[in-house]
Amino acid sequence: MSIGHTLLGLLESGPRHGYDLKRAFDEKFGHDRPLHYGQVYSTMSRLLKHGLVEVDGIEAGDGPERKRYAITEAGITDVERWLGTPEKPEPYLQSTLYTKVVLALLTHRDAADILDTQRAEHLRSMRILTDRKRKGDLADQLICDHALFHLEADLRWLELTAARLDKLRQAVVSP
Amino acid sequence: MTAPAGSLLAAEGLRKAYGPTVALDGAEFSIHPGEVVAVMGPSGSGKSTLLHCLAGIVTPDAGSILYDGRDLATMNDAQRSALRRSEFGFVFQFGQLVPELTCVENVALPLRLNGTSRKRAEQTALDWMRRLEVDDLAKKRPGEVSGGQGQRVAVARALVTSPRVVFADEPTGALDSLNGERVMELLTEAARSASTAVVLVTHEARVAAYSDREIVVRDGKSRDMERVV
Repeated sequence: MSIGHTLLGLLESGPRHGYDLKRAFDEKFGHDRPLHYGQVYSTMSRLLKHGLVEVDGIEAGDGPERKRYAITEAGITDVERWLGTPEKPEPYLQSTLYTKVVLALLTHRDAADILDTQRAEHLRSMRILTDRKRKGDLADQLICDHALFHLEADLRWLELTAARLDKLRQAVVSP
Repeated sequence: MTAPAGSLLAAEGLRKAYGPTVALDGAEFSIHPGEVVAVMGPSGSGKSTLLHCLAGIVTPDAGSILYDGRDLATMNDAQRSALRRSEFGFVFQFGQLVPELTCVENVALPLRLNGTSRKRAEQTALDWMRRLEVDDLAKKRPGEVSGGQGQRVAVARALVTSPRVVFADEPTGALDSLNGERVMELLTEAARSASTAVVLVTHEARVAAYSDREIVVRDGKSRDMERVV
């Protein structure tokens, strides 16, 4: 997830202090991984440098001064472009598993075993998500659903690979 | 065989062939009261045959099945049939409701077959339909309700006798995701609250995610993943 774009998007509804931004982010998107203050401030200084946000006001207090940030026109355009660009599907997991399966076949280990163990691990994650979904609100449900569908896609790949192990063995083991 | 400690239903060394086709080749299984166990595996792996053997619908060629300490092989047909009627519940992919009966009559049917009066059977049926959120369909016939509603009626029917084991064979196979999930939520909640064990045959991971653990069947052999991971 692009933290910069998400913070920019949060600023579209009006100027906010760094602390408010962090709170809004954590509340809406940070269920699993809340932002560190450092991340917020480093991101904001990058956005400032690129002219995507500007300092709308500075409050002096007992501690360090508090900057209030506002999104610029360029920032709004940037958010719009980000929202309109599809995400690149990430095939990284399959390629790691594929490597493991092929290596198992090459070294005459039980590749089905690797797939079974991986399925059990995926299902373990799916059970946790399903449970969280059952107890959560709509936002929780939608976030969990997204993760569940991704895990399910991996599992379908596992099943398909399990069904094709003999063919794969022929393909990779014989020269 | 000796059943694993605390298990309600257990099987070992199950073999079953249909002609030259070997459906089960030494499969094992065990389930505790109130536990939901998913039986997974590709099509033709033998998972439905395993369920049918465990439920006493199909007699295995070899191996033994113990239900509550009793060996299914030592029971005659009438005893097995009584077991299926009073202690087991069934949900299939397609609800298999009786089209001529109303939904409440369908749910009450297992109780009526056990000799419960119509009034009492339908009262209990309505209670279960309320839990499955389909009590407003009581007077409708299966043809007048949606697939998801019909499946919830079928789940109510499976639970109406307060069985100790529910056998569910692809219970969400004919439903879309949202309806399928609702059926699974209601089935597992109702079963767990009544300490009913559920044997859930499915090839869908999202459905299996409602279980406590899974057993994978491949080429007629079973693998208990809890013991592996």
